[in-house]
Amino acid sequence: MSVLVNKKTKVLVQGITGNEGTFHASQMLAYGTQVVAGVTPGKGGTKYSGKDENTFVRPVPVFNSVSDAVKATGADCSIIFVPAPLAGDAILEAIAAEVPLIICITEGVPVRDMITVASALEGSKSRLIGPNCPGIITPDGAKIGIMPGFIFTPTGKDGGVGLVSRSGTLTYEAVKQMSDIGIPQTTAIGIGGDPIIGTQFIDAIKLFNEDPETKAIVMIGEIGGNAEEIAAEYIKKHVKKPVVGFIAGQTAPPGRRMGHAGAIISGGKGTAAEKMAIMRKAGIHVVESPATIGVTVAKALGSSISSATPAKAAAKATAPKAAAAKTAAPAKAQTAPKPTAAKAATSAKTTPVKAAVPAPKAAPAKKK
Amino acid sequence: MNIHEFQAKELLRKYGIPVPFGKMIANASDAGEITHNEFAAKGITTVVLKSQIHAGGRGKGVVSDVHTNLPMEVDGKQVRGVTVIREGNIADKAYHIAKATQGNKLVTIQTGAEGKIVRRMLVEEGLNIAREFYLSILLDRQVSKNVIMVSTEGGMEIEEVAEHHPEKIVRVHIEPKMGFRSFQARELGTALGLTGEALKNFIDFAIKLVKAYDELDCSMLEVNPLVLTADNRIVALDAKVNFDDNALYRHPEYKELRDLDEEEALEIEASKYDLNYIKLDGNVGCMVNGAGLAMATMDVIQLAGGKPANFLDVGGTATADRIANAFRIMLSDKSVKAVFINIFGGIVRCDRVANGIIQASKQVDLTVPCIIRLDGTNAIEAREILEKSGLKFSVGSTLQEAAAKVKATVDAL
Repeated sequence: MSVLVNKKTKVLVQGITGNEGTFHASQMLAYGTQVVAGVTPGKGGTKYSGKDENTFVRPVPVFNSVSDAVKATGADCSIIFVPAPLAGDAILEAIAAEVPLIICITEGVPVRDMITVASALEGSKSRLIGPNCPGIITPDGAKIGIMPGFIFTPTGKDGGVGLVSRSGTLTYEAVKQMSDIGIPQTTAIGIGGDPIIGTQFIDAIKLFNEDPETKAIVMIGEIGGNAEEIAAEYIKKHVKKPVVGFIAGQTAPPGRRMGHAGAIISGGKGTAAEKMAIMRKAGIHVVESPATIGVTVAKALGSSISSATPAKAAAKATAPKAAAAKTAAPAKAQTAPKPTAAKAATSAKTTPVKAAVPAPKAAPAKKK
Repeated sequence: MNIHEFQAKELLRKYGIPVPFGKMIANASDAGEITHNEFAAKGITTVVLKSQIHAGGRGKGVVSDVHTNLPMEVDGKQVRGVTVIREGNIADKAYHIAKATQGNKLVTIQTGAEGKIVRRMLVEEGLNIAREFYLSILLDRQVSKNVIMVSTEGGMEIEEVAEHHPEKIVRVHIEPKMGFRSFQARELGTALGLTGEALKNFIDFAIKLVKAYDELDCSMLEVNPLVLTADNRIVALDAKVNFDDNALYRHPEYKELRDLDEEEALEIEASKYDLNYIKLDGNVGCMVNGAGLAMATMDVIQLAGGKPANFLDVGGTATADRIANAFRIMLSDKSVKAVFINIFGGIVRCDRVANGIIQASKQVDLTVPCIIRLDGTNAIEAREILEKSGLKFSVGSTLQEAAAKVKATVDAL
């Protein structure tokens, strides 16, 4: 199992014929995601197959509007790649068409537009992830986003770790650390780095908490706002599963936006130290160094890791095996040797991990 | 994006929001002349001279000589960032204070010890103030709505009020479906103890201010103090405006409001290449892809005993050129004694990044230790490229391994 998305999720891509939309639609299709429709106003009625090195594995029908696409294909998830000035409108269109899950990748959406979006979401039938996020992935099920699929490890029968994060590359970092030592992931949700986002930490954590397959949760926050604190309160009261947390920006100066629009310490509030303290009080395993997320997850899983992945020693970050080997290859398009995960696992963190290096999969390995 | 007080007031004036009559001056002789012609000659007997810098706390801030660091004095009195001039020849006094201030530095609680050079000042008419309040509009992230806050504690830092007298802050959220309404403005005005004509004027003020906040795509609009004059007018005595950077494309006219003198030279340079660079005061430079990983990398540097010299996110589309520019800018900071490049190749391919680094290090004289960690897509190829380059890089593959190398390097500094 997983949360929100799986193999059955039917995805429509808003802005499919743009550069970003084309590239990532081709990547998602290559990963095995069911991309059933694209929306580009004015190009309805055509079929789109990508272009050049981003040629799709199969053509995708294009519609003029989200509602047309939903009616024709039964799409239940929309991913948005339209430019920032139009992104707010694109989200509203998807809400109006009652798309259950909307994922907005676009960075730079004005706050004023997002206030309107947040208001429209209230009482609607839609859930929004993002904007300014890498999307969501259920390894080997559905990649609906821009993350490199090859670093993720699908779960076996013993479940895995759910991950929620405000940051893209830091998500990849954490995932790779886990994959390298054989810890699979159920679903990873990038909630986005903006001040106004749809799905918050607390929403994602509730979902993971209710998902029987998710054995532990990783939450990666950053400075600014108080979403981590709110989630920590909830975790303290309701979550029995181990939670590992990290807050980026322990060294960030106050009053400066650290890349993400939402990453700013204002009025002395939203510091990493403050968030980490509250998270610790809530029983979350808070790591100070982002380099130790993977091993901390292994430790936090303790004995239950042996059920998650039949190798008990994973707790020491030394040796998962069967499950890992089986899982570490989301591998249909995998050109690289399979036993990599096991190899990587035995040498754990000190060797240049071979498990995930078979990179071609993420890059346009599958031309045609 | 930040702007100066005089610019903010100019914008508010366009919305019919009462601000004091004032003139911007760029040099001391203007200060004397304008104070005479525009104020004294028109019967205004009190003026306020306000230094224009992008930082608060100016009233208590001290002006000191830019070369000697000695505090400036006029008539035996220390010169501050804001001066009220109310007696005698106000034009002459304005001239002397402006002369002592212009080109010198103002150190306030918000500028840090190095202070900021004052290049411009604002001369304003002094008002007959009955009461001072605080008012601001900003985003309440928790509910995704804007909130308007008022307090009877005018002139004080709102953070201080929030800490010691939270009950003195009254908040009203602006409902997107309904907009900001008179009844809400009345509620706020009443909370400030206003009645009659003063309340009426406050309601008008607040409604216009919310309209300005909205239409100007502000991310913060603070009026502190907001004053009630003896004749019941409500006036924005100060105004601080920040714009939502994401909405700047809607306001091409804001370009003219940008004051490059207020920005770090390297940050201006970085912005030309669309690089997200923030200069800090540490000794270890870093270059990373992604904002979250960049912050996390700074944390790694600190845990290793170093101090990050910058935040630098090269973004998701790190081409060789982009990397080269980022590398050069990072190394232009002379306090950088070591660098840590941390790239997680997802969409970005590590081999391309490696080529960029090599290209850049040929252009820049790399004299400090350089730790490189490339992981993800094409990481092995990238490592080979770096090793074959003959350049002295210390290459790590996992973050943990790289962190250990950073520590060893920092320890040796």
